[in-house]
Amino acid sequence: MAAPKKSVEKESGQKANASPPEFTKAQELAALRDMLLIRRFEEKAGQLYGMGAIGGFCHLYIGQEAVVVGMQMALKQGDQVITGYRDHGHMLACGMDANGVMAELTGRRGGYSKGKGGSMHMFSMEKNFYGGHGIVGAQVSLGTGLAFANRYRGNDFVSVAYFGDGASNQGQVYESFNMAELWKLPVIYVIENNRYAMGTSVTRSSALTDFSKRGASFNIPGQQIDGMDVRAVKAAGDEAVAWCRAGKGPFILEMQTYRYRGHSMSDPAKYRTREEVEKIRTDQDPIEQVRNRLLAAKVSEQELKAIDAEVREIVNASADFAQRDPEPDASELWTDVYR
Amino acid sequence: MPIQVLMPALSPTMEKGNLAKWLKKEGETIKSGDVIAEIETDKATMEVEATDEGTLGRILIPEGTADVAVNTPIATILSDGESAADLGKAPAAAPNVAKEVEESRSPVGEGKPMISAPPSAPAAVVAEPDPEVPAGTEMITQTIREALRDAMAEEMRRDGDVFVMGEEVAEYQGAYKVTQGLLQEFGARRVIDTPITEHGFAGVGVGAAMSGLKPIVEFMTFNFAMQAIDQIINSAAKTLYMSGGQMGCSIVFRGPNGAAARVAAQHSQDYSAWYSQIPGLKVIAPFSAADYKGLLKAAIRDPNPVIFLENEVLYGHTGEVPKLDDYVIPIGKARIVRSGKDVTLISWSNGMTYALKAADELAKEGIEAEVIDLRTLRPMDTETIIASVKKTGRAVTVEEGWQQSGVGAEIAARIMEHAFDYLDAPVARVSGKDVPMPYAANLEKLALPNVAEVVAAAKAVAYR
Repeated sequence: MAAPKKSVEKESGQKANASPPEFTKAQELAALRDMLLIRRFEEKAGQLYGMGAIGGFCHLYIGQEAVVVGMQMALKQGDQVITGYRDHGHMLACGMDANGVMAELTGRRGGYSKGKGGSMHMFSMEKNFYGGHGIVGAQVSLGTGLAFANRYRGNDFVSVAYFGDGASNQGQVYESFNMAELWKLPVIYVIENNRYAMGTSVTRSSALTDFSKRGASFNIPGQQIDGMDVRAVKAAGDEAVAWCRAGKGPFILEMQTYRYRGHSMSDPAKYRTREEVEKIRTDQDPIEQVRNRLLAAKVSEQELKAIDAEVREIVNASADFAQRDPEPDASELWTDVYR
Repeated sequence: MPIQVLMPALSPTMEKGNLAKWLKKEGETIKSGDVIAEIETDKATMEVEATDEGTLGRILIPEGTADVAVNTPIATILSDGESAADLGKAPAAAPNVAKEVEESRSPVGEGKPMISAPPSAPAAVVAEPDPEVPAGTEMITQTIREALRDAMAEEMRRDGDVFVMGEEVAEYQGAYKVTQGLLQEFGARRVIDTPITEHGFAGVGVGAAMSGLKPIVEFMTFNFAMQAIDQIINSAAKTLYMSGGQMGCSIVFRGPNGAAARVAAQHSQDYSAWYSQIPGLKVIAPFSAADYKGLLKAAIRDPNPVIFLENEVLYGHTGEVPKLDDYVIPIGKARIVRSGKDVTLISWSNGMTYALKAADELAKEGIEAEVIDLRTLRPMDTETIIASVKKTGRAVTVEEGWQQSGVGAEIAARIMEHAFDYLDAPVARVSGKDVPMPYAANLEKLALPNVAEVVAAAKAVAYR
């Protein structure tokens, strides 16, 4: 145990800085572009779901874009990412191809899992994206295992395990916290607190609603971050990554965020008011925040529109591809059970 | 009257032990609670405490004696006023209380007298030569426990990505001593003691495997793996398919499965049927020492998740293991352990104990049973079963697990599907009884299959 660290350096449950460090113009533009891609992609996915082109469950990430985009800006090539079932944004942020993701949503052969995984189960070894997991909380132990492998191999890669306020109440999360701190594993636990575990608000489900303190009994430092501000996310990510790379063990980041849509496409979201959603969209939207800063910094509308156009083109192309691409061959039923 | 100190049973399955050391000398005064001797079982070194007071009269079993049977008198204690002249008229006393030197959650119990023997000692196996072993290969005799350890050690020497994790696998040397010596050879980086946290460490193991390492995850028993079964099935078994073949998981989950002895319902379940139902998993449940070794090596090398079901009752049993540099048995191949023409007995793991003894009994009555050791439950070697049934026209399955939706039920269905016209009688199933495992020795015996049931089933299908 690195005894000195707790008292001097980091505490569980710290509040992040009120004003995060400014982004450069290039960073702002990159963040805007990546967040926009996720938003437009998700809007399109919602549309395709409504048309019946996407089946089953489809959990949209709209509203939470700053979390994964900010975190990704803090990572380096080789760091691993793993998440739960609200995963489309994470895949796009990891650099996975929009066509492959959308085609998986429609269950086509060009999908990342050849159409056999669907919305909740996609992976890319190439982009170090380890899924895409449908069982709430399972990715926390798995992500801890990815960090274990880094430690075993003696490299300096960090694994980032994303989960929600709902998964935070699963037992294996704490089993993982214990081992991660015990073995000083380089894992960042990013708790995306979007205030609702499906239809149950955090106050109705969680005895302690400050999720950054959830590692306190294991001595894991944690911070609460404004997850609607991509700059704050990136700054917190930098700090957590540095902590992990230095061999100091795991780190918890509670990202306070919000999903605009229902839990899944079939959720009418009657557990919250329209006004609550509207207020956050108006006051805190992660994309509008960046756009407004860029406009204030005299970036032209035209430049922003060009980003919009590029993103729309990618998304439209992915939707076309995902509807044109054939379904998997019937023989695929029997492949990939064993290797 | 002098009191006899008896060799205590220090674990549910202990039948004998080594008297490692006397801590009291003849003539020394003994108070209740004094540690008088150390006994090595196949699992641990234990201290024997005196329960009676007096003087250590005579040591009957000198230190260093190996294989002292449970309940053998090992010393006599003289009460106040007695002398050496009184020796020789000692009645047997209750065995003394022993305690483990280190505490653990291991099912290794405090020394209780063994009221019953373990379910059944294995019959001597007269094996057909295994096709994988070249004629003339030197054989070494070792326990199944040692065979498992050697398999792991050999694979760890061969591949730096292989490591072992689990409860008490390192410093304690294994709750059942299966990982004995691995920490000393491979160090704490590769032999990892976990907290008692099955769900969590199974997930950690699977995550490490997804990134390309090859973990061996030991469950102290498979009963505890129920805490982890979500990670085994939802994460380990399904990911290759869900990722369209991109991301697999080379991992072995191993540990004792099924009934040990007198550990009751929560520690005695057979999970053969549970895991063998899952596409994406391979499931192995060997019986012989050689198969334990060769199949564990194969399991560790296999790129898929493998469930390796061991049996605690068998750990201490010895068998012949081929002395080969690299003895690897292919997964998915059953073995005809005994040839016969009248009836096919199909079993695996400790069920083979009953099947083989029954075959001996049947032979005395002129019924030649063919005995198949499945060894692997998934993929199941249907071919070998069907070929045998086509020859004999009759089949009996033998398993310790429950009958409903059991492995025997699956075998019976496959025989019906592929050899219906060859059957001269319906397939019979001998299995564990449809109850949670009872504790009482007599009830436990009744709950498990036995040789007489196998003999009766074989005679019934043979109309004899």
